Amino acid sequence: MNLRESTHIALQGLSANVLRSALTMLGILIGVGSVIVLVAVGNGSSVAVQKRIEGLGTNTLVVMRTRGGFGGFGGGGGFGGGGGGRATNGTQSSVSQLTTKDVTALGDKSQAPDLKAVAPVINEASVTATYSGATYAPSQFVGTNADYLSIRDYTIADGAAFTNQDVTDRNRVALLGQTVVTNLFGTQNPLGATVQFNGIDYHVMGVLTPKGSNGAQDQDDIVITPITAVQDTLAGANAPLSQITVEARSRGAMTAAADEVTTVLLGTHHITDPTQADFQVLNQATLLSTASSTNSVFTVLLGAVAAISLLVGGIGVMNIMLVTVTERTREIGIRKAIGARRSDILGQFLVEAVLLSLMGGVLGVGLGLIGSKFKIVGVTPVVAWYSVGLAFGVAVGVGLFFGLYPANRAASLRPIEALRHE
Amino acid sequence: MRPVLLALQHVEKRYDAGEISVIALREINLAVTRGEFVAIMGASGSGKSTLMNILGCLDLPTRGKYTLAGTDVRLLDDTDLAAVRNRLIGFVFQSFNLIPRTSALRNVELPLVYAGVKPRERAERARAALQMVGLENRSGHKPSELSGGQQQRVAVARAIVTDPAIILADEPTGNLDTTATAEMLDLLDHLHGLGRTIILITHEPDVAMRASRVVRLSDGRIVSDEYQTPSAAMHPSSHR
Repeated sequence: MNLRESTHIALQGLSANVLRSALTMLGILIGVGSVIVLVAVGNGSSVAVQKRIEGLGTNTLVVMRTRGGFGGFGGGGGFGGGGGGRATNGTQSSVSQLTTKDVTALGDKSQAPDLKAVAPVINEASVTATYSGATYAPSQFVGTNADYLSIRDYTIADGAAFTNQDVTDRNRVALLGQTVVTNLFGTQNPLGATVQFNGIDYHVMGVLTPKGSNGAQDQDDIVITPITAVQDTLAGANAPLSQITVEARSRGAMTAAADEVTTVLLGTHHITDPTQADFQVLNQATLLSTASSTNSVFTVLLGAVAAISLLVGGIGVMNIMLVTVTERTREIGIRKAIGARRSDILGQFLVEAVLLSLMGGVLGVGLGLIGSKFKIVGVTPVVAWYSVGLAFGVAVGVGLFFGLYPANRAASLRPIEALRHE
Repeated sequence: MRPVLLALQHVEKRYDAGEISVIALREINLAVTRGEFVAIMGASGSGKSTLMNILGCLDLPTRGKYTLAGTDVRLLDDTDLAAVRNRLIGFVFQSFNLIPRTSALRNVELPLVYAGVKPRERAERARAALQMVGLENRSGHKPSELSGGQQQRVAVARAIVTDPAIILADEPTGNLDTTATAEMLDLLDHLHGLGRTIILITHEPDVAMRASRVVRLSDGRIVSDEYQTPSAAMHPSSHR
């Protein structure tokens, strides 16, 4: 008897009790579906981290001051350890600030040859933008210099970027992210318009090319202005810098650049003992790749949980197949009496079990792909195709494995006893 | 003398039930030639079902020899026995034993499926068999949509579709009313008339009267083995 006949007979068997077959399939369906969705969620958060790393700009270091008594990032060990002195922090009760003087010192090529660009950053919190009646609070309001754009990989879609001349001239100009433009201007052209930030007039001179979300935040929800203008208006003249963003010459020069930054700033802050530094140099890419590897552990864990539900589904298949074999004992006897071989009966029930899990698998893949279209706990799932193949293959394997015992039981029934069965 | 189709020599069947062993058949010697219509009679417990199981290759004798169409059945393994049942034996059971939720045609086709016959030829032969039992217009019906008499005729069609050497009918009329019984016996007569070898197991004397030979069993032994002139049908046969 060939596979086609076995399939025909098996389908007939499955359709004898549609509800039961459907419920059994549901077990496999949920198993396969959850493997796909959960792996996609894990994968999605990895992808988000990856994007965030790219969004930080390549070869970027961030210098932040350490607040007194604040432990920072675990004494430098928190982001990969290696490269001694690359990242130092400490605890100190007196709080000193990062200033534009530090930025100037870092700009000295003789002291820091591995730095390509340095940008001071003031992040102003709770700034509200107003334009002809429309108001909007951008999530980031950044005062910086002209190098910031290239360090952070921002480009201009429309209009022009401000220059360091604008910074020197303390011009109140602004570059708007797409999200800000949409919320403030709708479909109108923002170029040349005057927007009020907390009541202060700024001239819109450019619109940034959309970068999308980096997984954690919308990178287009940003306003970038010259740092001098922010110091004049919103932050105050002596406002400390929130951070200094530094771009290294190349990825390979990151460690050297971090060392140079540390040396220069220890000098400007008059600190001799590096362990007493009142600032820290963060290589955020390293930090995030640590997060990324944590994430892949998370993905494996999610996959394992889902795989267990697949196993449970398989046991469901076995359970139902055992019931089916008992129920159809007489039918098995009849088939044997009219000439079915052991292998025919084995084939029939094995195909039935595999069909159950196969159909469950196909529907599960469908469900998993649909489920992965939705945002789950803030993560946009990214389907990992290996998980689809794996889940489907395992489902069929589960059907085969868990179908074998019941099918073998059916095949070994002795015809006279099977015929006598009521 | 026509050739011997099946022969039982010194056959004994013993069942072991824990400490005690029950002897269901002892010292059975029986030879059936091609084209015979044999009735095996006996009260319940006389061993006729055991004999039927052995004749039908559903069970093997504990001792003795069973030769079917020249083959010593004891030498066959499970797979060969399945093939023998498929090709040489056509079963008709008391309780019809059709596969539920499956059309009459598909039921009749089933032995051919296991024989590996191609679908087209299968359907043709199954239709011809249904026609022979007068149910060609019921081929799409499921067993639950057929009367008892009709179901048993489907079973007969299934028994003859492989063109077997013997038809083994185990109390085929046991679950049928008088009219259906008469029709069934006429059908068996008809098949016998076409040259089929039929072994009929029954406890009803008037059913056994239709056979040309009656073998009586009692306590697992053959107590008589007589040839007879088959009686006429119980009802004047309008059938065929």
